[in-house]
Amino acid sequence: MSQLSAATAPPEPAEAGLSEAAKKIEGRSPWQLAFERLRRDRVAVGSAIMIVIIALIAIFAPLAKRITGHGPAGQYRDTGLSPAGIPVGPNGMFWFGTDELGRDVLVRVIYGARISLLAGVAAASIAVLVGVVIGLAAGYFGGAVDTVLSRFMDVVLSLPYLVFAIALVSVIGSSMQVSIGVIAFFSFSSVGRIVRGQVLSIKEKEYVEAARSLGAGNMRIMFVDVLPNVLAPVIVYVTLLIPLSIVFEAALSFLGLGVVPPTPTWGGMLSDAINYYQVAWWYLVFPGAALLVTTLAFNLLGDSVRDAFDPRYNRLFAAEE
Amino acid sequence: MQLLTVEDLKVSFPTPDGVVEAVRGVSFSVDRGKTLGIVGESGSGKSVATQTIVGLNPGGKVSGQARFEGRDLLTMGRDELRRLRGAEIGMIFQDPLSSLHPYYRVGWQIMEMIRNHTDMTKRQARQRAIELLELVRIPQPHRRVDDYPFQFSGGMRQRAMIAMALALNPKLLIADEPTTALDVTVQAQIMELMQRLQDEFDIAIILITHDLGVVADVADEVLVMYAGKPMEVADRRSLYYRPHHPYTVGLLESLPRPTNKGQRLKPITGQPPSLIHPPQGCPFHPRCPYVMDRCVSEMPPLDDADGGVAGHRSACWLPSDIAGASPELDAQRLDVAQRNRTAVAAAPEGGAR
Amino acid sequence: MSTETLLRLENVVKHFPVHSTRLLRRTEGVVHAVDGVDLDVRRGETVGLVGETGCGKSTLARCILRLYDLTSGRITFGDTDITELSRRKMRPHRKRMQMIFQDPYGSLNPRRRVGPIIGDPFAIQNVADGEERKRKVQELMELVGLNPEHYNRFPAEFSGGQRQRIGVARALALRPEVIVCDEPVSALDVSIQAQIINLLDDLQDEFGLTYIFIAHDLSIVERVSDRVAVMYLGKIVEFGPTEQIYNHPRHPYTKALLSAMPSADPDVAEARERIVLRGDVPSPIDPPSGCSFHPRCPKAQQHCVDVEPPLEVKFTDPPAHRAACHFPVGDGEVLAHATPELALDTEGDVL
Repeated sequence: MSQLSAATAPPEPAEAGLSEAAKKIEGRSPWQLAFERLRRDRVAVGSAIMIVIIALIAIFAPLAKRITGHGPAGQYRDTGLSPAGIPVGPNGMFWFGTDELGRDVLVRVIYGARISLLAGVAAASIAVLVGVVIGLAAGYFGGAVDTVLSRFMDVVLSLPYLVFAIALVSVIGSSMQVSIGVIAFFSFSSVGRIVRGQVLSIKEKEYVEAARSLGAGNMRIMFVDVLPNVLAPVIVYVTLLIPLSIVFEAALSFLGLGVVPPTPTWGGMLSDAINYYQVAWWYLVFPGAALLVTTLAFNLLGDSVRDAFDPRYNRLFAAEE
Repeated sequence: MQLLTVEDLKVSFPTPDGVVEAVRGVSFSVDRGKTLGIVGESGSGKSVATQTIVGLNPGGKVSGQARFEGRDLLTMGRDELRRLRGAEIGMIFQDPLSSLHPYYRVGWQIMEMIRNHTDMTKRQARQRAIELLELVRIPQPHRRVDDYPFQFSGGMRQRAMIAMALALNPKLLIADEPTTALDVTVQAQIMELMQRLQDEFDIAIILITHDLGVVADVADEVLVMYAGKPMEVADRRSLYYRPHHPYTVGLLESLPRPTNKGQRLKPITGQPPSLIHPPQGCPFHPRCPYVMDRCVSEMPPLDDADGGVAGHRSACWLPSDIAGASPELDAQRLDVAQRNRTAVAAAPEGGAR
Repeated sequence: MSTETLLRLENVVKHFPVHSTRLLRRTEGVVHAVDGVDLDVRRGETVGLVGETGCGKSTLARCILRLYDLTSGRITFGDTDITELSRRKMRPHRKRMQMIFQDPYGSLNPRRRVGPIIGDPFAIQNVADGEERKRKVQELMELVGLNPEHYNRFPAEFSGGQRQRIGVARALALRPEVIVCDEPVSALDVSIQAQIINLLDDLQDEFGLTYIFIAHDLSIVERVSDRVAVMYLGKIVEFGPTEQIYNHPRHPYTKALLSAMPSADPDVAEARERIVLRGDVPSPIDPPSGCSFHPRCPKAQQHCVDVEPPLEVKFTDPPAHRAACHFPVGDGEVLAHATPELALDTEGDVL
């Protein structure tokens, strides 16, 4: 045997230093490669830092309450409203000004971040989980399973979601859970479709055939060979789905279908501010800016993630070999 | 004067992993009625070189010269080059499906091509398209002219591509792996067609391929490339029967040929090099069984080999008179190599058998 | 090579239904991918399977491995009829036959490390675990000429030739008796092809493997095969010992294939008789009547249109050499200028 391997062994490239050799032997996964590309991308790093800051602010919202001494629902009618009952602008006591009930806009924007992020992340997570399972099943099993699941997704995608959401909320009442559920319900289909499409192409790959020729079962093929290869586009989509969900939540709150007042939400604040922006610009600008910065950060990150996974880059990489 | 003369062409591309030096100084020329075969493996730079001279490689850093009838293609304006492309230089590629637009009729695409470059009327262009399809032996061309590409088989698509490339009577045809995606019987049809058209219209052909078998009976001159550099260039017979460069020898011996029947195939050991950090000296030295000390540090020039008969040149430090492939010649080469290398650096890693 | 028949195919048929893409799927036709193939493979030999795109050679390979269920016919492996075995009953037999795939880029999961990929057969068949599995995988890597220290690398970090070695190692893991090689070198660089061919050759000697070697490159098939089967439109049109097929082809299609074979030798290439077939391979959805080669055959006559020729011995050929042709090609017969007796209005071009 040793003679045989000597006869057929290709020369391995001489490894330069031992440390470098050790590094090479370990091998970097496609995930690691993508992550490294991401780390070199300034926009990605910047928006990731921004997202972390927003998340920290949301987590430590009670700190804001302690520092300012203002609760998110507290109405400071004597200090926060002018004698004429008009909201006061940004000043030493209310950095972002107050709203029509004399509440601290800064504290409410900070607390609103909790709702926005929670709704965005939770809804996106549920949508992805459901979408991946449905897409995987539809794409992998095909046939009748595919027909039923795909038609179901088509139906969901073709529903006028706002009308449907309004109807739904008026029937079961509005709450955080309902908001998340509604957002997830209207988002999972797009994830499912992406996954299904990917699975359809991946299940024709030779490595899936190889696994089958070894006697691997459906579950093993689905989770070992297919799923890891559909995750990249899913991750890209998640980073874009989170801001979509945040905006969706804001829209629901704006229409009064989201989280119940007086819990502060960006959408709800914007909705209320519409009536006052002529006398209190800050009331509209600060929650709007918070929403904009958050969605922008997620969107920029999503673009960078997509670039990091960019198949064009991989093709170039393969062509060099 | 030659129709096309390329001198010291260099092309590099920046990538996130470093600069890919795809072509590192290649010169060649081709005249009307002649066929130049460019042979190389993936990553040899053979396609990049030809794509660059017709301006199809945006983003690369290019230097050198490519004179087509005296005009330098590399410094030519974009529009002028585009007019030249198609009109005077026709091109066909490996995958005809990706070069034909799937949503337009084949005939329409040929007509557009003609009308872009001439002032023919629609009716004339259509007539010309039908003639061209007939020329490339598409059956019932008057009917097929209105087909979509998907209605054509692989061989017919490649023939349609040839029709399009020839629409304006080009002087030069660049064929990049034109038969690689095709079955052998269809491959034979296409090669025969190209030769017939060459005879008829006195076209110069550059035939790019990885397969030494494809050019063996059609090329007047063959250029062998490796890692972006020319290794050996010679007329067809010299190259196949009196190869000088160990890479050419290795390629020929790794193929099943009548001359090595009944013997075990002799592969070239090792793997093709990275183009981001190509080996120092001769790029083939890590895989060469006859590596000598100076090969590691100095790139040999492309010099006359085997007496320089009919332009036979090779980039190798081995004595220029050892040409051919046989066990005796291999032994001679090995003998020279052993006398010219220090023991430690001996032999490529993995060793030649 | 022994005379023991290890694998026997009897009248194997595989049809794929063609569906319309409307809302309600309707079967609109059938692709006759494999259309009645008889083949026997002996222990320790290499049977070459050649033919052009769409001739059904890859489908046949997948039928043998039971990746597809047969439409009809029978496959016997050793003493077992494996045609109808359920997935579970098939599993133990999978150890005995493996496949090497064409595409060294597509046949390895890009998101998994090479060690676990090669170890898959052990994992799926529950043969070895943990450290033992790793040791076995590294032995395999060494055997096929890979550095065992690269156990944790990803496929993308290997070149095409090395990846094909990974595929070979995986196929070899369970010490199979038969390996179906589906175009194992056609995606590789010329200088690398011979490496893999020699590796397969060595492994066959060492382990007494039986190969079914599918390729469109006739010169490589000639080198590796003991016997060669030529396929056209789902059928075997000629089958026999390699030197018989290459030196005394009887079927005009075999003759045409051989004449079109590129040769890296100018004298040979120039001297050969080039038979340029008209048109393309007809669609397997609606194969021609009689002999399916008749629309392209330079010797075709009305009889070929009406009657399908059986696979049988021609002239004084040895009994192992059979061809399916009414008008077989004699030794030294020149086909290039033969004009068909049959006037064909379609010029043989079928979509």
